[in-house]
Amino acid sequence: MNNISGFKHSKLHRFLPVQPAPVCTDGRKYFLLTLVSVAGFFAAVLVNLLFPQAVSVEIKSYAVSNSVSLTADQAYRLVLAGLIFLYGVIGVYSFFRGDLRERYLSRVPFRLAMGLALALWDILGTKLLLLPQPFFPGPSKIIESFLMEGDYIFQNTLYSLRLFTVGFVSGVVFGVGTGILIGWFPKVYYWVYPVLKITGVIPAVAWMPFALTLLPNPFSAAAFLIVICAWFPVAFLTAQGIASTPKVHFEVARTLGAKTPYLVFHVAIPHAMPQIFTGISTANGFAFTTLVMSEMMGQPGGLGYYINASKVWSAYYKVFAAIIVMAVLFSSIMKGIGFIQNRVLRWQRGLVK
Amino acid sequence: MSNEILMEIKSVDRTYVDANNHTVDALKDINLSIRRGEFLSIIGPSGCGKTTLLRLLAGLDVPESGVITLEGEEIKGPHPDRGYVFQQGSLFPWLTVEMNIATGLKARGVYKKHKNEIAQYINMIGLGGFEEVYPHQISGGMAQRVAIARSLINHPVALLLDEPMGALDAFTRADLQDKILELWKKNETTMILVTHDVEEALYLSDRVVIMSPRPGKISEIINISLPRPRQKNSQDFMVMRSSILEKLHLASTIPQVEYNI
Repeated sequence: MNNISGFKHSKLHRFLPVQPAPVCTDGRKYFLLTLVSVAGFFAAVLVNLLFPQAVSVEIKSYAVSNSVSLTADQAYRLVLAGLIFLYGVIGVYSFFRGDLRERYLSRVPFRLAMGLALALWDILGTKLLLLPQPFFPGPSKIIESFLMEGDYIFQNTLYSLRLFTVGFVSGVVFGVGTGILIGWFPKVYYWVYPVLKITGVIPAVAWMPFALTLLPNPFSAAAFLIVICAWFPVAFLTAQGIASTPKVHFEVARTLGAKTPYLVFHVAIPHAMPQIFTGISTANGFAFTTLVMSEMMGQPGGLGYYINASKVWSAYYKVFAAIIVMAVLFSSIMKGIGFIQNRVLRWQRGLVK
Repeated sequence: MSNEILMEIKSVDRTYVDANNHTVDALKDINLSIRRGEFLSIIGPSGCGKTTLLRLLAGLDVPESGVITLEGEEIKGPHPDRGYVFQQGSLFPWLTVEMNIATGLKARGVYKKHKNEIAQYINMIGLGGFEEVYPHQISGGMAQRVAIARSLINHPVALLLDEPMGALDAFTRADLQDKILELWKKNETTMILVTHDVEEALYLSDRVVIMSPRPGKISEIINISLPRPRQKNSQDFMVMRSSILEKLHLASTIPQVEYNI
């Protein structure tokens, strides 16, 4: 009976489309390619150690702990060593996992290029000072800002993270709530949807003058702006998702004995989930922009504030340091949201490309 | 099968307004008594209102006039005591097979109390081992079995089947027909099947209701006394089939309007 349509076995993973990746079975070749993947960073270390410093620069040593102090160059080489170690470990892990081998090997050229680019940047930015200074400092100079005031950068990062979390989470909750009401009640749709459509396209930072005057402190003003900018796409797409639920799903649930709350929370909302997540991803991008812009225009802390404060002193290496922190922080947040999305929407696997 | 009346349809009318603002009689003066435990098929050409009638029985639609009762009480809306199986695509794509079947319990708020019954229903429809699979990963025939189990877990007195085999290939269809017969015998549920397949109606039913279109009304009710299990290629079956086909053909023939130009 079970094999009528070709399904014989009960193992779920057999149904999922798995692309058979050609597995690299040659251990020696894999080992060599792992070396190539970290060779760029090795080259960067060697350049930093051996390339003559054409223009003399002041070399400061910073106390990291009571007994250890580091110069910027040493810290830079330490970071490179860390990258070599990291990619080496990932290489070994991928080798033993087997299924990850191809993925690791596919990234070898990029990692090599990354290391070589660092080496080149070091030569142009630090060793020969060919790049226009102080706008384009070398990599070690940027790392120096972490040595100088790592604590302060960390504090500002936490400030940004707190502001982002408060604003974004309330914006998403508020957006999903409005979206459900708009999608479910025709009256709410009639009265609220046009307002949403008109106000939603206005960039949130345009409200900044009002936010700063009407709200008690700068933090709540910025949080308010992030709430607005996250609210619009989430509400819009949630409403669409709710409203597009097929009638047959509601009818089935009703014949099974479901009442309205069940129809909303167990039929309409699960159906809207893919669109809700599309809204959240869009909102995420808007929220980063709004966060940094509002920090640059009137916050007592945060990475945007740090950029502005450093710019005043022409400390562009600190600007770069803040940008690097943002890159890491924001992509981690996006990755986290992507992870949750994959978990929640795992039923779509194999259904949607 | 007893002679006790389970559901009663009394002079029911249902009209709707079509795209051109014309009023169409979907159903006109329908009278029908459904007995407890019987297998009843409703058959007729498209547009005869057979699905509308089934939706009225489910409570998904209300009649303009007339009354429909279940065990003497008027039907006012959907209720789990009347399960409904749609033609296709009614499983919730975000739930696994197991959780789709559990919906029947969850919607009534009795999931915790009865969740140990789910495995029994999964085995009953022969889908053991497919608990964790999502609807898009199973075939159409399997999906319909899940839809049936989802309704049956609520122990309905009647199961309303709206062309559940309409979108299936011939082999899967025959397979599902046998499964439905098996479930009918086991659960003693009254089955009301809407179909446009004469052979299917004849193979499954105790009685076949033939409907005719415009306006939708019952043109004939036929008792099928062929012994079970029925053979689709037996002489009696063939004779019965051609007689129903003939009646159906008569029912489908609409008196032509004469035009003089």
